[in-house]
Formats: sequence, C-alpha cells, structure tokens
Amino acid sequence: MSGTFSLRGVRLPAVQLSGAATVGMLVVAVIVNSALQPNFWSGYALTSNFATFVPLVAIAVGQTIVVLSGGIDLSLGAQVTLASVVAVRVVDGQLDRLPQAVAAALGVGLVCGALNGLVVALVRLQPIVATFATSFVFSGLALVVLPTPGGSVPLEVTTAYRAAVLGLPVALLAILGLALLWWALRRHRVLRHVYAVGGDPEAAYASLVPVARTRVSAYVLGGLFAALAALAVLANTGSGDPFVGNELTLASVAAVVIGGTSLAGGRGGAGGSMLGAIVLALVTNIVFFADVPTTYRQLVNGAVIILALALAGIPALQKRRPAA
Amino acid sequence: MSAPTVEAPRRALAWRPGPVALAGAVAVVLVIAGELVSPGFAGYGQLVNLMRVAAFLSVIAIGQTIVIIAGGGGVDLSVGKVATFAAIIGSRVMAGDDANIVPAVALALLVAAAIGLVNGLGVTLLRIPPFVMTLGMIGVVQGLILAYTGGQASGRAAPALTSLVNGRIVFDLPGLLFLWLLLGLLAVWLLRRTTFGWNLYAVGANRAAAELTGVRAGRTLILAYVLSATFAGLAGILLLGYTESVFLDLADQYMLPSVAAVVIGGTLLAGGIGGYAGTAVGAIVLTVLQGLLTTLDIGGAWRTIVNGVVLLVLLSLYGRQRRLRS
Repeated sequence: MSGTFSLRGVRLPAVQLSGAATVGMLVVAVIVNSALQPNFWSGYALTSNFATFVPLVAIAVGQTIVVLSGGIDLSLGAQVTLASVVAVRVVDGQLDRLPQAVAAALGVGLVCGALNGLVVALVRLQPIVATFATSFVFSGLALVVLPTPGGSVPLEVTTAYRAAVLGLPVALLAILGLALLWWALRRHRVLRHVYAVGGDPEAAYASLVPVARTRVSAYVLGGLFAALAALAVLANTGSGDPFVGNELTLASVAAVVIGGTSLAGGRGGAGGSMLGAIVLALVTNIVFFADVPTTYRQLVNGAVIILALALAGIPALQKRRPAA
Repeated sequence: MSAPTVEAPRRALAWRPGPVALAGAVAVVLVIAGELVSPGFAGYGQLVNLMRVAAFLSVIAIGQTIVIIAGGGGVDLSVGKVATFAAIIGSRVMAGDDANIVPAVALALLVAAAIGLVNGLGVTLLRIPPFVMTLGMIGVVQGLILAYTGGQASGRAAPALTSLVNGRIVFDLPGLLFLWLLLGLLAVWLLRRTTFGWNLYAVGANRAAAELTGVRAGRTLILAYVLSATFAGLAGILLLGYTESVFLDLADQYMLPSVAAVVIGGTLLAGGIGGYAGTAVGAIVLTVLQGLLTTLDIGGAWRTIVNGVVLLVLLSLYGRQRRLRS
C-alpha cells in the first residue's frame, strides 16, 4: 500500500478504465437491444423498461457502498422483501398513508442495516456468512408480516410511476435521483471513510478513522437503498409479495462487479454499478427479443453475464499483472 | 472500536476448546434440547435419519472446504446447482436401469468436473473473484439444466444405487453413512497426506510465498475448483439415490449452508487454516438445528427467523475475525 494521499492520483486511471469497460458494455447492450426490439425507443417500451430497472439499480447502489467498505451484504434482497411487505401493510391501498409507508420502509432498511453492521463490525463475523444468517431473519419476518402475496398500493402511485414528466419517464427520473443521491453521498465524509476502511482497514484505523462506526454506516446505507428498491418494487408491481427480493441479492453483486468495483473493497463507485445493473437487465431483454429458444434462454443469459464479469475484470487484470 | 489495549496474555485463556470440539458440543446440546422439547428426538432411528440428511450437505461441503482453504476469497457458490445438474444427468442416463450406473455416474462427474475446471480457469487465468465467478456459473449451470431437460426432469435412479444409498447394511445403518465416512476419509487424506493438500494449505496461507517456494499455485487452485465441483456432483448422485427421482432445484438449497458448515467447523474464510473434520461436524450441527426447528411447532416463518438467529450465535463461537490494532 502506498501512501494514502497519493492513492487517489494512482487509482484514478484504473477507475476510469473500468468505467470505460462498463460504458462500452452498456453501449453495446443498448445497440443490440434496439436492433432486436423494434419499438425499443418508443415511449411505452422505454417507460416499462426503466420501470423494471429501478429496483436493481437502487439495490446495486446499496451493495456498492457495502462492498466499498470491504464487506458484502447477502441480505439485501431479504431486506427489500421485508421493507416492501411492511410498506404495503402500512399503506393498505390508501394514498394518505403513503408518507407513513415510505417512512416505515426506510425505517426497516435502517434497522436491518444497523443489525448487519452490528454483527459484522462489532461482533466481527465474516460478512458473507453473517449477512447470510441475517437474511434468514429478514425473510422470516417478511413471512410473518405478509404470509401470502397480497396487499395493494394506491393506484395513483403505480400510475405515477409509469407516467412521464416533460417527456422523461418517472422511472428514469428515479434512476437519475439515485445517481444524484450517490453523487451527494460521495462528497460526504462518511463515504470518504468507507473508501479508506475498505482500501486498508489497518491504515484507516491508524489514521483515526472510526472503522467500526464506518462499517455500520455502510450497512445502514445499504439497508436504506434496499428500502428505496422496495418502494420501487411496490410502485412497479402494485402489490406485496413475501418472496419478491430473493433474486435481487446475487444480481446486485453481479451489477457491482460489472460496474468495475473491486470486491476487495475501497475501489470503484456506484455510478458503474448503476450502469452494470442496467446492462444486466438489458441482457435479459436482449435474450428475450433475440428469439433464443425458451430452453436455451437462461444458458445464453448466464454465459453473457460471465462474459460481462470477465470483461469488467480486464482493466484490473492489466493493472495487477506487473505487481503480482 | 474501543481504545487500543494490550492484548491479554494467552495464558489468561489457558484452554479453549478447538472449533471441532466446540461444534461437536453444540451438536450434542442441540440433540439434548430436541429430546427435552420432543421426547424421541434423540432416539436411534431419528438420529440415524438426521445423520442421513447431514450426509448430503457434508459431502457437498468437502469441496467447499477445499476451495475455502485455497484462500484468496475462495468460495464455490455453484456447488448446489452443480449437484442438482449431476443428479439430473445421472437420473436421465440411468433411466432406472442398473446396467447404466457406471456411464451415468461417469458422465455426471465428468460434466461436474468440467464446470469446476471452468470455474478454476476463470479464477486463475481471468482473475475473476471466486465469489463472482461461481455466482455467474450458477446462471450458466441453471441454463445448462434447462437446455438439457427442456424444463422437465426425466429418468429414475437405478435400483442398485438406491439400495446402496438407502439399504441397511450393518447396525441398521443406511449405506449412505458408510459412503459418507469413506468420502470423508478420502477428503482428510487428500488434505493431509497428499502433495496437493500440502500445496493447498501453502497457497491458502500465503500465495506469494507458496509460489516462491515452487508451488504451482494456479494449478493447485484449478484442481481445488475441479474437486469442489466433483464432490458436489457426487453429492448430487447420492441425493439421486436417496430421492430416486429428481426435480429441477433438487440440491440448490445447499449452496450457502455448505459455506456455513465450513465456517462453523472452524475453517477460516481467509484460507490456509482448517480441515474437513470440522466441516463434517458443522454440517451435522446445521442439520440437527433444522431437525430441532422442524419438531418445534412454531410455523415456517418463525422457524426461518430462529434459524437465522441460531446461525449467528453459532458463527460467533468461532467465525469471529480478530480486532484491529495499530
């Protein structure tokens, strides 16, 4: 590890390079998708595409923050589930209860994140297995809150989610909002600490960075973004489902890696992960519209994702070779 | 994090049970708790049944142990899917006929090993982090399963395989337990008595140092992933013998429990330290816990919650990392 202050200068090229790989993949995905899907650029297709992107984009931002801190959160999907079923129970189809529902979802994310942070930073369990264990707790609680799919979201919310403001789909604005949120966080001291702790915890500790507190903050932020993902899921589907978040967890990790963030922590950013999440979603779209026989869809999908994961690692590969 | 203090001298905690002994004690406590809650839980037949369920997780976890000892963030998330795929291949090729056992098992293990080889190559040559490589592999294997079966598993276990796995041989114990013992001994031998095993620990403890002393780290890692997938495939075959017919997500749920079993057994996720005995006990602990929770009449949701909490407690017995010191 070289000195902390020169690190930023050293790392910049690598980050830009991996950013280029992600942007390249996104461009290719968009071109292929628009070639295959005849009405890709029509307002309706764009709106419904973006509407399905938002949950994964939001959870990918949360996962990025946790990964940057040197951890990983395998309970994020379960948190999305729990936050969404709590919110749908609170709102119960009535528009005037929307603020309470949003607050409840965020509260769930906060508490879940704090629990994870406590277990990882203070009890010092390995993040992979610890968050796997807490995911049982969260998904179990989700089943207690809402045993079977049900509950309803006010029609106004689902309608607004698929509407457009000034020609821009609301879901796209939500993604831009998430990007803005990340941009603001990135400038806050907490995120600087997260980068420091993830890059080299010993050095951060020696430089009086509150390591444990920073780790807890990272998991709490992860939980809050999971709550945002939960709200997007509800706005998109219109009802509660106690299993809805299961598939998001591992996809969020894939999005982070495709976005060029190092799983070792301390290097990368959520901008890439957001693009990575969109790439993942587009790949599914492409495989669907490419007339791949149904039974081979998943295989092609999986192979393309592995390819994307490998491509995302190439900049880091070039950078690491001389050192190894 | 509190202010740095001088570490207590080691004598202060003169004797601490090793992870294997501790996990074993937890298993015994869980069994006793089960007997108290529901008399008959610790009965002979019931215990044999629990051990039989533990065997599958335990065999899958052999490979997981090897990969985790290899270090470098080593973990194999694709074991569950690989086991499922092997069982599906085995079932289709066997088609319920004893004559087909050998080609079926050979083909299933070959395919599993090939998947492991791809994992290993991705991790070593492309330097994709193991977590992500094997995560991506889940999608690919799922795709292979759908392409191979067309969404409908077919075939049936050969009667000979079923009687090998389920048949009572001695002491009324199913053959599966003897197969598990055999595979367990094989794992311990691999880890402790072969050049590969020694290389594995060396690479896991310090890859650079191992390379400098002439260990071919890349080759060792690739072999670790091949073995992991192969053991997963074997577990799939055993599972096939047990259930006789397969379904498309037969062994998927073993993915993360196999990691948990390894950690509870005292193997460090950082690599280089640990062994199979601990993993086997860890798998037993997890299975007894499941059995205990099933006997408690608390409903599926609460069972899941309690499972998570107990898992956290188990992990904090030995899965803790050291604290930071400047």
